[in-house]
Amino acid sequence: MELYVNIAYLISSVCFIYGLKMLSHPKTARNGNMIASLGMLLAILATTVPDALSGNSLLNFRMIFIAMILGSILGGFFAFKVEMTQMPQLVAIFNGFGGGASAFVAAEAFGVLDSTFFVVSVVLSLVVGTLTLTGSFIAFGKLQGIVTTKPVTFPGQQIINGILAITVLFSAYMIPNYGINSFYIIVVISALLGILLVIPIGGADMPVVISLLNSYSGIAAAMTGFVLYGSGDETKAAGSALIICGSLVGASGMILTQIMCKGMNRSLTNVIFGAVGSDGSAESDSDGKQLNIKSYSTEEAAMIFDAAEKIIVVPGYGLAVAQAQHAIREVAEFLEGKGKNVLYAIHPVAGRMPGHMNVLLAEANISYEQLKDLDEINPEFEDCDVALVLGANDVVNPAARSDQSSPIYGMPILNVDKAKTVMVNKRSMNAGFAGIQNQLFGYDNTIMIFGDAKDMLTQLLNDLKEL
Amino acid sequence: MDITIVTIFVLAVFVGFEIITKVPPTLHTPLMSGSNAISGIAIIGALLATKGTEIGMWLGFVAVIFAMVNVVGGFLVTDRMLKMFKRK
Repeated sequence: MELYVNIAYLISSVCFIYGLKMLSHPKTARNGNMIASLGMLLAILATTVPDALSGNSLLNFRMIFIAMILGSILGGFFAFKVEMTQMPQLVAIFNGFGGGASAFVAAEAFGVLDSTFFVVSVVLSLVVGTLTLTGSFIAFGKLQGIVTTKPVTFPGQQIINGILAITVLFSAYMIPNYGINSFYIIVVISALLGILLVIPIGGADMPVVISLLNSYSGIAAAMTGFVLYGSGDETKAAGSALIICGSLVGASGMILTQIMCKGMNRSLTNVIFGAVGSDGSAESDSDGKQLNIKSYSTEEAAMIFDAAEKIIVVPGYGLAVAQAQHAIREVAEFLEGKGKNVLYAIHPVAGRMPGHMNVLLAEANISYEQLKDLDEINPEFEDCDVALVLGANDVVNPAARSDQSSPIYGMPILNVDKAKTVMVNKRSMNAGFAGIQNQLFGYDNTIMIFGDAKDMLTQLLNDLKEL
Repeated sequence: MDITIVTIFVLAVFVGFEIITKVPPTLHTPLMSGSNAISGIAIIGALLATKGTEIGMWLGFVAVIFAMVNVVGGFLVTDRMLKMFKRK
C-alpha cells in the first residue's frame, strides 16, 4: 500500500510541474490549471484514503470534513466574488493562508524535536509561515486602503528588526532548555516581524511585496516538507511532495519579484529597506521648465486617428480606475474595422501586481495576441502613428532614459515619444506616483486630452463614427 | 545525515526556475494565483496533523481550513481568469 501512496505523491508532483509548464501559453494554460488541480486532488486522496481503508483509522475524519467544507466555502466565495481589480488583495490573502497553514503544521510538530535537522526545519517553517501570514494581511490592508498606503517608518526600525531576528535565533537555539516557551517567543516575534517588514513599504511598491510574500508562502511549504520528511518513514513521500511544490512556488515568486524590481529599476533591498517617498528626496525636479502643453478636443483627436495606420495603446492603472477597459476596446474595434493596426503596450508595473493589466484587458475581451510586453513593443513605436497613453505617467516618462537627476532614471520605459503623435489622456496635470513632472507632456509631438478616460473614449468613439 | 531530501529540494528549485521563466508576462497574475493554489499542498501536512494529540488535532483543523481556502480559491480564481484570455 505504501508504495502506491508514494507513487500517487510522485504523480501529483508531476501534475504540478506539468500544469505550470502548460502556463507557458494562454492556449494551454487553462488545461494546465486543471491538471494541477487534479494533482492536488490526488495528493489529498493519497493522504486520506489508505488511512480510511486501514481499519484502525488515525486521521480525524469528522474534523477534516468540517474543515474542508469551511475552507472550500470560504475559498470559493473569494474566487467568485473578487473583482479583477482586487486580484492583488486576493493573492495577498491567499499568500497569508498558505503561510499560515504551513506554520500550523510546523506548530503541531513542535512537540517532538529530536535531531538538529528536524529542529531547524520546524523553526524555519514556523518563522517563514508566521511572518508570511501577518505580512500578507498588512499587505492586504494596504491594498484595500484599510492600512495606510504611505510608508510607516520610525527611527531605529532596522535595528529593532535586527534585534527581533536575533531573538528568534536565540530562542531556537535555546529550545532544549526553554521547550514550549521558545515556541511562543518564536511565533510572537515572527508575527511581529511580518508586520514590521511590510508596514514601511509604500503602496506603489506593493507589487514587489505580494510577489515576495508569494515566494515566502512557497518556501514555508517547502520547509514544512522537511518537517514531514523528518517526522517518520511513512510521511517521507508526503514531505517530498511538499518540498517539490513549495520549491516551485518559491521559485515562481522569486522570479516575479525580480521582474517587478527590474520594472521599477529598484533593488529588492531598496524596496524592503528604502521606504521611498518618506524622505522627500524626489523634490530635486522643482526647477522644472514650464511645459508648453497643447490641449486637444476628442474631435481633433478623432481626425488624427482617422489618418493613422498603426496605433499603440498604453494603458496605465488610471484606465482601470476609470473602468474604461471596455470603452477602449470599443474604440480599438472601430479603428480595426477601418483597417488600422491596434496594439497594446503593457509595462511590467502597469497594474498593481505582475500581469495585472493583462487580466484587466482580457476581462474586457481584448485579444491576448494584441497585448505586447515592453521588449516586444518598444521597437514598434518607431513606425507608429499614434501612441495613446491612458492613465499612465511614470512608465512613459522619457526622463528615465536621459535625466540622471530624476528619481526614476534607469527605469525601463515605453518609448512612446518615438511615435509620430503621442496622445495623453489624464484627468489633470497632477504628477505620477514618483511625484515628478513628465516632460513628455510638453513635447512637440505630444497632445493632451484632459478628462475622465471613460468619458473621453466614449466621446472619441462618437466623433470617430461621425467622421 | 540524509542528503536525498536536500537533493530533491535543490533540483526542484532548478525545475521551478526553468519552467517559470517560460511563463509569458501576460499570464503572470494567473501564475501567481495558480502557484498560490499549489502552495496549498501544505494540506497534506495539515491532514496528517489531525492524527496527533488534542492540540495537534486543532492545529491540523485550522491548517486544513487555511490550506483548503488556498486550494479551492486558488484553482477556481485562476480558472476564472484564464477563461477570459481569448483570441480574436
